Amino acid sequence: MDYIVTLLVKNGLIVAFLVVGVLMVVADLISEKATRRMLPGSAIAIFFGLCLAWLGGWLTGGNKGLADVKALSGFELMGGPMLRDFTIVATAMGVSFSVIRRTGLAGMLSLVLGITLTFASGALIALAMGYTDARSITTMGAGACTFIVGPVTGTAIGASSDVIANSIAAGLVKSILVTIGTPLIARHIGLTNPSAAMVFGGLLGTTSGVAAGLAATDPKLVPYGAMTATFYTGLGCLICPSVFYVIVQALA
Amino acid sequence: MIELLNSTNNAFYNSIILQFNHSENMQIRGVALLAGCFLLGQLVGETLGRLIGIEANVGGVGFAMLLLIAAQHWLEERNQLGPAVAGGILFWSNLYIPVIVAMSAVQNVRLALSSGLVALLAGTIPVALCFALVPVLTRSMKKNNPPEWTTS
Repeated sequence: MDYIVTLLVKNGLIVAFLVVGVLMVVADLISEKATRRMLPGSAIAIFFGLCLAWLGGWLTGGNKGLADVKALSGFELMGGPMLRDFTIVATAMGVSFSVIRRTGLAGMLSLVLGITLTFASGALIALAMGYTDARSITTMGAGACTFIVGPVTGTAIGASSDVIANSIAAGLVKSILVTIGTPLIARHIGLTNPSAAMVFGGLLGTTSGVAAGLAATDPKLVPYGAMTATFYTGLGCLICPSVFYVIVQALA
Repeated sequence: MIELLNSTNNAFYNSIILQFNHSENMQIRGVALLAGCFLLGQLVGETLGRLIGIEANVGGVGFAMLLLIAAQHWLEERNQLGPAVAGGILFWSNLYIPVIVAMSAVQNVRLALSSGLVALLAGTIPVALCFALVPVLTRSMKKNNPPEWTTS
């Protein structure tokens, strides 16, 4: 038996690829059969990931989630900052300069407004819930933006792992809420044309939620919303650990 | 002079392209471009962090994304961004959700659950605020922007 575990540990990254792949197939199936695509497969898979992280912590008493299970230690590399940042940067592919120019002022305005408003309200909630140090408050505010801005910010400014996990959970709640809420609320907020979709993508920003929500509202709107939403995470990763962190530090 | 320089550069580049056009080495160029943008962006982020005196990487991911967008635009204008080169980048782009799944699986969720309400509130209240802001911004945009903006 020992040699099997040794084999799995030696090929940790490959094991992680397999496990995540299977997890996502299952999540996609559940999304299709049980929720009729109301919940995107990716949101379900991320939720499963968080559940497994809890399970890993419960089984081993460690603080690295599933990676504390010896045979699954490869998760630490696959879910670590290097591959995470690398794949996030890759999503900028397909965003062109001419598109940026066309998105123009309203898109920029909605991006800046969306990130600022979301960060500020998230940080205030963190403060109200008893967080007092600047690192945790900033990380929670960033987590309210997306489940990527939170951990990227938290890692950059050195927040603790449980705060980072909380920020991911906040981003996940947001993604699911946007996915489910968008089709229900679309008409009431005038989300019926491409320009409104661009503003929407900039304000909400969580790419998977925006794309899934718009797809359920009107598939023609998806690229317009995703277009501005793509910038949200990058801009959030730029502003949150820098400008916003300095501001929170000055206020806290 | 600059034009001359550009044209010789292009000729040089084209000869390389021709040389390797039928080889299978195109995708690694995309991966290498992505890696270059990534490292340069991270370097800018680390340097900026030191300059403003917080021991942190400041927006390295954001800078890397901007670099990749610029590089992509530059290559597209020169018709050097073939589908194989782009494929080398898109492969990693498609791995983004799986990597996020793995990332969520290595977080300290056990500890986080002891303060679960904060995540729930921070995930819902800002979204409600932003939903409410969509019609406000859309309306102001319609007044200020040229007609091609408001497709019906």
